[in-house]
Amino acid sequence: MNALSRFIASDFTYKFVRSPVAMIASLVVFILVGGAIFAPLFTSQNPFDPASLNLMNGFSHPMEPNQFTGESFIFGTDDQGRDVYATILYGMRISLFVGFSAVMFAMVLGVTLGLIAGYTGGRTDTIIMRIADIQLTFPAILVALLIFGIAKGITPPGRRDEVAIWVLIIAIGLSEWVNFARVVRGATMVEKSKEYVDAARLIGRSPFTIMLRHILPNTLSPVLVIATISLALAIIAEATLSFLGVGAPPTQPSLGTLIRIGQGFLFSGEWWILFFPATALLALALSVNLLGDWLRDALNPKLK
Amino acid sequence: MSDPRTDKAPLLSVRDLTVQFPTRGGLLTAVDQVSFDLADGEVLGLVGESGAGKSMTGSAIIGLIEPPGRIGGGTIHLRGDRIDNLSPAEMRRVRGRKVGMVFQDPLTSLNPLFTIAEQLIETIQTHLGVSKKEARERAVALLDEVGIPAASRRIDDYPHQFSGGMRQRVVIALALAAEPDLVIADEPTTALDVSVQAQIIDVLKRLCSERNASVILITHDMGVIAETADRVAVLYAGRLAEIGPVRDVIQNAKHPYTEGLMGSIPSIKGTESRLVQIPGAMPRLTNIPTGCAFNPRCPKVFDRCEKERPALLREGQSEVACWLYDEERKEAVT
Amino acid sequence: MLAFTIRRVSQSLVVLLIVGLVAFSLFRFVGDPVENLLGQERTVADIERVRTQLGLDQSFPVQYLNFLKGVVTEGNFGVSYRQGRPVADIIAERAPATLELAFVSALFAIVLGIGFGVYTAINRDGWISNVIMTSSLVGVSLPTFLIGILLIYLFAVELGWLPSFGRGETVMIGGWSTGFLTTSGLKALILPAITLGLYQMTLIMRLVRSEMLEVLRSDYIKFARARGLSQKAVHYRHALKNTLVPVITITGLQLGAIIAFAIITETVFQWPGVGLLFINAIQFVDIPVMATYLMLISVLFVSINLIVDLLYYMIDPRLKADGGAAGH
Repeated sequence: MNALSRFIASDFTYKFVRSPVAMIASLVVFILVGGAIFAPLFTSQNPFDPASLNLMNGFSHPMEPNQFTGESFIFGTDDQGRDVYATILYGMRISLFVGFSAVMFAMVLGVTLGLIAGYTGGRTDTIIMRIADIQLTFPAILVALLIFGIAKGITPPGRRDEVAIWVLIIAIGLSEWVNFARVVRGATMVEKSKEYVDAARLIGRSPFTIMLRHILPNTLSPVLVIATISLALAIIAEATLSFLGVGAPPTQPSLGTLIRIGQGFLFSGEWWILFFPATALLALALSVNLLGDWLRDALNPKLK
Repeated sequence: MSDPRTDKAPLLSVRDLTVQFPTRGGLLTAVDQVSFDLADGEVLGLVGESGAGKSMTGSAIIGLIEPPGRIGGGTIHLRGDRIDNLSPAEMRRVRGRKVGMVFQDPLTSLNPLFTIAEQLIETIQTHLGVSKKEARERAVALLDEVGIPAASRRIDDYPHQFSGGMRQRVVIALALAAEPDLVIADEPTTALDVSVQAQIIDVLKRLCSERNASVILITHDMGVIAETADRVAVLYAGRLAEIGPVRDVIQNAKHPYTEGLMGSIPSIKGTESRLVQIPGAMPRLTNIPTGCAFNPRCPKVFDRCEKERPALLREGQSEVACWLYDEERKEAVT
Repeated sequence: MLAFTIRRVSQSLVVLLIVGLVAFSLFRFVGDPVENLLGQERTVADIERVRTQLGLDQSFPVQYLNFLKGVVTEGNFGVSYRQGRPVADIIAERAPATLELAFVSALFAIVLGIGFGVYTAINRDGWISNVIMTSSLVGVSLPTFLIGILLIYLFAVELGWLPSFGRGETVMIGGWSTGFLTTSGLKALILPAITLGLYQMTLIMRLVRSEMLEVLRSDYIKFARARGLSQKAVHYRHALKNTLVPVITITGLQLGAIIAFAIITETVFQWPGVGLLFINAIQFVDIPVMATYLMLISVLFVSINLIVDLLYYMIDPRLKADGGAAGH
């Protein structure tokens, strides 16, 4: 049996096909991620290229022809005539890029530290886990805000907008590593005591090889679950920071930035500028979250 | 069998009791048409392997079957009054007051956050309309009776300050706090040290006989049954296999399953080495064979056992659910 | 008990010292304090003078000790780069707004969280429970700022019942500005308090529910039922008390989180509290304000942790007997 047919016949696939929630959630994620990656294919307008905008199109209602130009926009336009649909696609690119990168960063950091802590034990373990404990007493968003603030302070003022996205990734990543470290450490300690690790050590394998080749693969499924749930958290964290005005710069707006901009039009009646980005954010975060929950149940029924 | 509605009704009368659990695979029958009577002051042992339905029978009598499980049929009468269909509020007045219960694990049976006094006084006051002061006096007397040293001082301690054996004494005191007529003891010594098991059984037996309370002793320990019970009921796969006076059942088991079960306790005399093991295991509730549930493992099986479920047949002082004791069969053999 | 208390207090102090070090490093290394004080027009002599004044010519540990001394004895947190006033004064001005908001939110979260949690645990399959549980799922997945915006849209924009920003009228009582005494102050509190407390409420509710379901399955509850105790005694005396012991830990920590999350709520509602101050400080890289906020919020979190631990210890008689060594 090849890998593909094995996967199709697996228990995992069976559970997936049996769960409408998982299927709908992955469909939504698939559409949104696809739309974001291939944004230029789905919209003719690049909303952040001033040349492609027409101020006359400003404040078009959704699905109604504009009173000056007669153009019609499915989700309407904002004050500068940007197509809200296009801003969402492009904004989601930033949100997803930051989210994925932050989770990757958190995962690499957390898994590495967790492996080291679990494998070496002793003082190294104590120090790493103490830091994790202290960090866990603070809400992740606060940690991210502080790191963001510090990083912004270090950066020379002229380059702040330029590096904002990367600072955001580091800040969110640093606020999410703890869960990875804890799970991997736990799994490592369990695996370490098993005989095959002793055997590997006896035949002279280096600790690095043992960790990478023998222990790491066994921590894969909990790491995958945490990564998915962390992605939802990271997307929301990014949106929150951007909404607070300390995240993505206005030149590279994410969904959070769009919502921040949209809130300004709430009282003047242009609800669509806020409503559609907010809905997109919700759909994205909720689907990823549901998928994470489902993964957790499917991969480890004991956790439920 | 006596009619539960007459004046001379037995204390407890269980008829065709059936307990069922709806599951995805269909309805599981954990207790299947079990019937027995219990007289005042009598000690009935309820034995069987785990999963045979012993505990479930006890829970059904006291009305504490965990949903989605439910009584699917049959009746339970206590002193002639039907108690299996009471409203929750009415059933609460039966529990503790008329039927007390002792659970297996004394370490988890007591609420860790309340003192012994709080738990005892609460129970006494719920059922007997007495003042707090009087309830406390009764509680101390009760603890004294179950053998807690310095009861008047220890009563204000928390459960974790007692040893396992002492806690089980407290549990017995709690079960008897409102003077019930019947005590159901579900494996009361299984979780305890061997050294204190006998003491706990003694306490239970002494207190119940002083109060003329009946006991249903659920256990898989035939040794305890032999010393304590007046009669024994043997359950197999949710069904009653055999019920009779303890001496008869132990020394002269009739059902092939009981015979096997008794074979697994070494006899004291050691004259006969009959430590026979019954081959196989009790069937899962999901696939109980048709006919007699024991037929795949029975050394004396014949064709009728695989077709027809045996009725409870009288044989001497006992009743036994086995076709071997059917009149026709007996005649055919002799 | 004493040994346990001493151990926990000293652990907390170590954490605070580390946080103080981070805060001080911020002052010292992020941005140049001399430059920030003197501005563009400065001479070498000026720089030297200010350096000595600030003690920057001394060794790092000595500087750190002086900094800590200033913080602890005089409440000297430095001067805000942006406002040119002592940070301590600015915070003192802003604190009542945040504390009042946090108090109302916490009250809302705890009362409704425990209430709904107990209700949904006891009436496990009732339709009201299902409605509550389903909507709590939405509550957990909605980001706080969207809840705030949604509430503003509904109750301020569409219905016009409640204000969408600010504290309303406040009354000064001995240096504390309170919004509790005026109608507009109370009205202004409602939406922010719900926004801030909703997430914590759902969290507490789900926790209480799952804890309570666990407790209701326990042997001692079964035994309490078997003794014929009333439904009320079983649920509200036995089960609730056992449920609340583990819940206290999380709830306590959530109270700290409420102060931290106030940052978001205060931004949505332009609530003039410490959180909004902190966000502005980050936007303008106002290091002294950031560092002070970091220190204060750490003191808060560490104290809450400490109090929760000690409380837990007092409530559970099992821990008292073990001398805390066994832990839980």
